[in-house]
Amino acid sequence: MGPISSRLLALESKRSWTAIVILAVIAIVVVPFLNLAVPEGSLFHLSTFWVATLGKYLAFAILALSLDLIWGYAGILSLGHGAFFGLGGYAMGMYMMRQIGERSVYGNPDLPDFMVFLNWDRLPWYWFGFDQFWFAALMVIAVPGALAFVFGWLAFRSRITGVYFSIISQAMVFAFMLAFFRNEMGFGGNNGLTDFKDILGFELSQDATKVGLYIATVVALLIVYFICRAVVTSKLGRLLIAVRDAESRVRFLGYSVTNAKLFVFTLSAMIAGLAGALYVPQVGIINPGEFAPAKSIEMAIWVAVGGRGTLFGAILGAFAVNGARTYFTAAAPEIWLFFLGALFILVTLVMPHGIVGVYKSLRSGELTAAIGRRLRRNNG
Amino acid sequence: MADMLTQPEPKAAAEPSILYLEGVSVSFDGFKALNSLNLIIRRGEMRAIIGPNGAGKTTMMDVVTGKTRPDAGRVLFADDVNLTHLDETEIANLGIGRKFQKPTVFESLTVFENIYLAQKTKRSITETLFARIRGEQLTRIEATLETIRLSERRADLAGDLSHGQKQWLEIGMLLAQEPDLMLLDEPVAGMSDAETEQTVALLMEIAKDHSLVVVEHDMEFVRNLECTVSVLHEGSVLAEGPMDAVQSDPRVIEVYLGR
Amino acid sequence: MTTSHARGEVSPRRFSAFIGTALLSLALLAAAFLPANAQTTAADQDPFALAVQGLDARQFSDKAAAIDALGALGDERAILVLQAFADGRMYRRNADNLVVIGDRVGDIFNLTSPLTAESIGTAASGDIKKIVANNKLRGQIRGVLGQLALFSPNADNRLDAARNVIASPTEEALGLLKRARDRETVSKIRDTLESGIAVLELASDDRAVRLAAVATLADRSDPDIKSALDQRLLEINGEFIEPDPEVRAALVAAIEDINDRLALFGLAENLIFGLSLGSVLLLAAIGLAITFGVMGVINMAHGEMIMLGAYTTFIVQEIFRSSVSPEFFGMYVLVSIPAAFFVAAAFGVLIERGCIRFLYGRPLETLLATWGVSLILQQLVRTLFGANNREVANPDWISGAVAFGGGVSVTVNRIYIIIFCIMVVAALAAFIRYSRFGLQMRAVTQNRGMASAMGIRTGQIDALTFALGSGIAGVAGVALSQISNVSPNLGQNFIVDSFMVVVFGGVGSLWGTIVGAFSLGIVNKFLEPVSGAILGKVVVLVIIILFIQKRPRGLFALKGRAAED
Repeated sequence: MGPISSRLLALESKRSWTAIVILAVIAIVVVPFLNLAVPEGSLFHLSTFWVATLGKYLAFAILALSLDLIWGYAGILSLGHGAFFGLGGYAMGMYMMRQIGERSVYGNPDLPDFMVFLNWDRLPWYWFGFDQFWFAALMVIAVPGALAFVFGWLAFRSRITGVYFSIISQAMVFAFMLAFFRNEMGFGGNNGLTDFKDILGFELSQDATKVGLYIATVVALLIVYFICRAVVTSKLGRLLIAVRDAESRVRFLGYSVTNAKLFVFTLSAMIAGLAGALYVPQVGIINPGEFAPAKSIEMAIWVAVGGRGTLFGAILGAFAVNGARTYFTAAAPEIWLFFLGALFILVTLVMPHGIVGVYKSLRSGELTAAIGRRLRRNNG
Repeated sequence: MADMLTQPEPKAAAEPSILYLEGVSVSFDGFKALNSLNLIIRRGEMRAIIGPNGAGKTTMMDVVTGKTRPDAGRVLFADDVNLTHLDETEIANLGIGRKFQKPTVFESLTVFENIYLAQKTKRSITETLFARIRGEQLTRIEATLETIRLSERRADLAGDLSHGQKQWLEIGMLLAQEPDLMLLDEPVAGMSDAETEQTVALLMEIAKDHSLVVVEHDMEFVRNLECTVSVLHEGSVLAEGPMDAVQSDPRVIEVYLGR
Repeated sequence: MTTSHARGEVSPRRFSAFIGTALLSLALLAAAFLPANAQTTAADQDPFALAVQGLDARQFSDKAAAIDALGALGDERAILVLQAFADGRMYRRNADNLVVIGDRVGDIFNLTSPLTAESIGTAASGDIKKIVANNKLRGQIRGVLGQLALFSPNADNRLDAARNVIASPTEEALGLLKRARDRETVSKIRDTLESGIAVLELASDDRAVRLAAVATLADRSDPDIKSALDQRLLEINGEFIEPDPEVRAALVAAIEDINDRLALFGLAENLIFGLSLGSVLLLAAIGLAITFGVMGVINMAHGEMIMLGAYTTFIVQEIFRSSVSPEFFGMYVLVSIPAAFFVAAAFGVLIERGCIRFLYGRPLETLLATWGVSLILQQLVRTLFGANNREVANPDWISGAVAFGGGVSVTVNRIYIIIFCIMVVAALAAFIRYSRFGLQMRAVTQNRGMASAMGIRTGQIDALTFALGSGIAGVAGVALSQISNVSPNLGQNFIVDSFMVVVFGGVGSLWGTIVGAFSLGIVNKFLEPVSGAILGKVVVLVIIILFIQKRPRGLFALKGRAAED
């Protein structure tokens, strides 16, 4: 066994490995089987809608991992991660836009519909290359990474921390939203990019393509999880926690806090971009709404609900909150914002370590002991 | 080595100094925290700095470690590196370690991990990302833990330590950094008498092969260190010499006991 | 094209009579242009009546001449006639060939005399024949009507007409302008008419007249006058339109003068708009600055406090509308101010005691929890009042616009906002400076631990501070209800902006917030014409992000050790 695989094995305990393998098998084998092989009408059939919905949750889980990496570990709360997610999504959307070609409403092989509509006669320079998948895939990671690097360099170098960083990152994503709403930006303005036909030659309307995208997202989540795991278990991971606990002390130890933050922030942005790129083909649209500050704040609550500072918690939180959203928006849409608002308040007040934290204290008996103490105090 | 200067004379620095401050001034909104401060620490020396509140002790450490930029003056490390234009990280990497007044350790990391992070290694991000503990490194961490008497608590979170133990852990982190010059801000604040005694012994041990600057309020503790004492008052050195000489200096008495 | 259109209207019955009519029309037309000629009837001697009759001509070119004749007379009655003609309500009565205005009611027409504007009976559709106009004539009528407005009894109309003449000068208007000037009593309109005359006289053959015209125009500050002057300096086929070099020099000097003044007016306008935007920002941000500065708390629900203030205004307005006599309706805004303050302050105390108090020292968690509060408040208002905009009417004393020189005009509510903002900030500054609570608040800001040790109940101060900050946000909501839509999302539109103001100005500094708000407002307004509104905003955001790199603690940062951690 080579050194890399042995290190990979060492990332998790035996029990965790068992859990990961079981979950991965369910996600990659059982779900597609229930959708494609079990006939419709059967009790066990899983509709394509649910496969796509699960795929969307998985993309959100990747996004949640990226946020947890910087907030849960390094203590940097970015309220602008929607910018990286959105840029990744736009990069993938631009590729799929170029694939439409003559099948568009105006039938112009070189220009997307909205450009024809704006009377543009040729593609803006920043659209070049996006007809190639490899180029778009590179940009999915490179553009958010570059933005994060520049933004982070400016912010961390000036020691903008805590709520200041949060506010500034929110202003950044807000600026992106305003800018992308403009038609002149060349990204479809208000409507964004949509009406995609196919990806890598596979028709997006086919069930098999949807299952394929779903599986790709599962695999991406696994890879991202292990990358994050490798980072947080490394000495650098310890350093990030140290930065979170006592930033200035780290400086007096001789580490560059700026570089450490910059590294993890850029990595996080790249992961968020990847999440966006996997999200867009599954929902079929990307528009400036993804840059809305409210969306970026909501990502924080996914992580907080699951339990920040634990990678599994971030994934869990993304599924839990988005599952609740799917349920509420269908069953009682007017309740949803009340629920989400209450979730923000309760999680921060009552369960700061999220579901994972509650589970841990239940296992260790701390919680039952605490409840017991409180009951005794109230009675006595 | 033991020339008893009552007034600092920076120009007379013939012997190699580890730290050299000349005419350093810092002011915050009109308040002069340091007022043309002159101070020389010789290589291998242990120096205690005392002074009433607001005398500029902590500000002096802030200036040396790059936390605060002086308005005027020169700060030289090992006779040739000007510290006034460097940041905390660069200064730490030159070999200056600092312990804070309030013990600052990484509370969500274990005692072992605290020392591991402090240990002298390459500090770059890639080195840190791919770092693995080697046997010889492990031995040294264990030795440091032994020195600060925290071997048994190596797997506990630093946040769970007592106040005195946190002080020691921070001193241990300083040792692991292997600096040429150590600055300790009130290392025995909040310690029991027994702990203070142990700390004196520890510092005397460390002083054998390090240059040390200790800021302290506890006069008994400073006396026990048996080293040169500088008295800071209103941002500059008021008196300098052995503890006995300093304590009988009328100006020092005036400053401490009031007029 | 005109003939085919006309032919379509010609019926066989009409055709038999057309030659006679044409002859008559020509005669009348001739009479209009030769008023000195002996005429037979009193009506025919009236040039106005002749011109009206001339509209009933066979040829469109003749009709056009009649229209011009009507215009040149400068008679107010012509307005009614030409409007009727343009609207297709002009008829010839078959019985006497008289030109009349007809309004169809069912099968019959009510006839009006174009000369007296009085009713002259009715007619069946067979008794009258429509006098047709074409698009070209209608265009001409519009122009003539515009000039005739110079004689309108309404002063505003006269002023507009005079300005229009300057914007598109025609040589024919000169006589009209002069006549209008001689009749004009309002000095401002007279000045404008003088300008118009001077613009036309720029093309005079007499060099002295041209020079006088340039001199007249040199101290005006109207972009249209400037472009009229510019025109005279153009070259056509290598020759200047203005042949005389001395006049050209005068033109150049006059244009420079006007340019300077126009630049100044533009500056003033941007400044006023910037100040009013700055006032809005300041009102929205100042409460936030208090809570952030004193308590270190990021209140993401601050925008919702503004929103609650706006809805309180709406409720107060509805109460006034339903149960207070209309003459006092305008007072509802004044009642809204304390109402909004107390509603928002009450919510503020509720949020602080129920939530934020448990999170001190954990700013990021506070941020998230208050965001939750803001979502709940938004949805609450949406459930109670609906998702749509609620209409809050400006009382009379806040409506309308004030016009300044040089085409600068500002709506009154914007000016009130500036005044209101100054009053709020002054009251707040005085309160913080002179009241006991203000003193305690400042003590807590500077050193929480020490303040607590000196017996100040920091918990109580926190709650009151939060109430104060929220209350001011509520008052800001009253102001915003007067200039923007009242909707559940109202607060969201201000949250990023007000944070930017606070961060830019420097946390904990009232001055910083004031300077921050006004500089952002003014910079925004100066950028808008250059880059467009949205891009201007993006640019401002980028500038702030870059600025904070240089001064992470804002413009007016607290210094010293206390400010470091």
